[in-house]
Amino acid sequence: MSFFFEVLIGGLLSGVLYALVALGFVLIYKASGVFNFAQGAMVFFAALTFVGFQQVLPGWTGLEAGGRAVFWLAFVLALASMVVLGILTEKVVLRPLVNQPHITLFMATIGLTFLVEGIAQAIWGANVHGLDLGIADEPIEWVMDSADIIVSKFDVFAATLAGVLVASLALFFQYTKVGRALRAVADDHQAALSIGIPLQHIWAIVWAVAGFVALVAGLIWGARSGVQFALTFTALKALPVLILGGFTSVPGAIVGGLIIGASEKLAEVYVGPMVGGGIEGWFPYVLALGFLLVRPEGLFGERHIDRV
Amino acid sequence: MLYREAGQFKASYQEDQQIFPIRQDRIGFAAILVFFFGVVPLVANQYWLQAILIPVLIFSLAAIGLNILTGYAGQLSLGSAAFMAVGAFGAYNFMLRIDGMPFLVGIVLGGLCAAAVGVAFGLPSLRIKGFYLAVATLAAQFFIVWALVKFPWFSNHASSGVITAQRVEILGYAFDSPVSKYLLTLAVVAVLALLAKNLVRSTTGRSWMAVRDMDVAAEVIGIRPMHAKLTAFAVSSFYCGVAGALYAYTYLGTVEPEGFSLDLSFKILFMIIIGGVGSIMGSFFGAAFIVLMPIFLNVVMHSVFGGAMPAGMGSNLELIIFGGLIIFFLIVEPHGLARLWQLGKEKLRLWPFPH
Repeated sequence: MSFFFEVLIGGLLSGVLYALVALGFVLIYKASGVFNFAQGAMVFFAALTFVGFQQVLPGWTGLEAGGRAVFWLAFVLALASMVVLGILTEKVVLRPLVNQPHITLFMATIGLTFLVEGIAQAIWGANVHGLDLGIADEPIEWVMDSADIIVSKFDVFAATLAGVLVASLALFFQYTKVGRALRAVADDHQAALSIGIPLQHIWAIVWAVAGFVALVAGLIWGARSGVQFALTFTALKALPVLILGGFTSVPGAIVGGLIIGASEKLAEVYVGPMVGGGIEGWFPYVLALGFLLVRPEGLFGERHIDRV
Repeated sequence: MLYREAGQFKASYQEDQQIFPIRQDRIGFAAILVFFFGVVPLVANQYWLQAILIPVLIFSLAAIGLNILTGYAGQLSLGSAAFMAVGAFGAYNFMLRIDGMPFLVGIVLGGLCAAAVGVAFGLPSLRIKGFYLAVATLAAQFFIVWALVKFPWFSNHASSGVITAQRVEILGYAFDSPVSKYLLTLAVVAVLALLAKNLVRSTTGRSWMAVRDMDVAAEVIGIRPMHAKLTAFAVSSFYCGVAGALYAYTYLGTVEPEGFSLDLSFKILFMIIIGGVGSIMGSFFGAAFIVLMPIFLNVVMHSVFGGAMPAGMGSNLELIIFGGLIIFFLIVEPHGLARLWQLGKEKLRLWPFPH
């Protein structure tokens, strides 16, 4: 039984990470109706930029390598790069495509994926980098002693961080002026525009926030499995999460992430051996597909009715 | 002066409905066929045939497949490579397990396998559309490649999952040389492309386009969306499947399931975006562009940097240029290279007078 819980908790914790990436999708989709396939590439770009700055900063500024100052400076610089990237994307790619069909925008973000991946590697190289956030990936002792379940400190830290991030985003959307404007834009572009909400600013802010989320996700994933090209696949992990949770719902991304994370690990452990293993790659998709057939708008999505 | 349709009157329905209503087009098309069937095999060397012409033709076929689904029926798919894999492995197994299976029947059966799988994964399209469907086709992509690796039966229990295509033989004639393989590929692709060109003009094709443009309205005027979508999935997957079989038999010779990766699917998507969404001709342009681009880049980079090119820079540059081009085409010329072709023809029609 404790093995089951161990798998379940491990799954839930990795689900939090999926949710974090999915959150970036939801933010942009909600505010601009763009399904940003490049979110995974942005995660990769963010993590690589952070690690890259961490390496070059001591040489540029004379700061002590690996110290706190370097960490935060690199964080700020990486965040700035993400904001610039986001705003450039909005200006160069999306604005000329306003009013195009959604599929066109989606294909443009696939192009953007390649572009961002290429640029990231052209600047910082294609090597695999380690990333140390200062939190050890070791089991928490008292949990292991009392319940005989191995739970990694790092995973708990990551989950807490993700939780804090989601909560603060929710508060931001709920209680600040910008947040209110964002929700207005999400509901109806035209109406928001007509009451004087500057659309371009809002979109720039959304892309910047999405860049920030990508940076956090990139740091956590990078610390977990190294900063490398494989980070771009986080986008592919986040897609079934979105389907399950609905494209427009922040809580949906979280719940969907948890469900996908848990079910994927459980399926791998308990169903995998029956069919030869390695089903983690497609199981979330099939789960999401099955779910779609029952409820096409996702758990928390808005029901869409077609009228002639 | 040369490209003028004045004086070409149509006196029967038959004439009115031909694929190429203008005489110059017919002559031009015949000239192109003669050139590729007759002249190219005589002048092209082995490198051109095997590294450029054959893959361009095969990818054109796959792009036509995806174009039917995405360009004509409006259903975005990211799983074209998986359907190619089904075609390749299907054809391989038919040839392996049935004695004396003729090659052409084998690849058609492989294509039919792909069509069946395509319809199965197209079923969700009845309830979902857009991005949701794109994710559903991603499921196909991952599931099929996984299944081909995990069940050794598909690759005849080869330890590495790699299949080696059997000898291609039609009526006792062995297609071993590059020229013969090229001609075989060209013949298959030409026939299927012509078929596709006709199909998209037919009732089926028009119902696809109606569903693409507005599905609810299409339903109101009596088109069955379900039927249209599923036939689009079937035909599209069939084309991808045949392309996959050719990929294994006339291009590479040995293939493994992992070769049909998501990257290949993206490449095929890029072909139709650059070539022209919703255009058979565009599929050829796009495939040629995507195949030739890296080769061209390589040549340019070598002449600029010489041997001192930083490692990996070529592939990064390729990513950047591909990504940039996709965005560029979507913004500037959403109808792709095919539109330029069309514009050229329209200009020629008026030439030498601008108006």
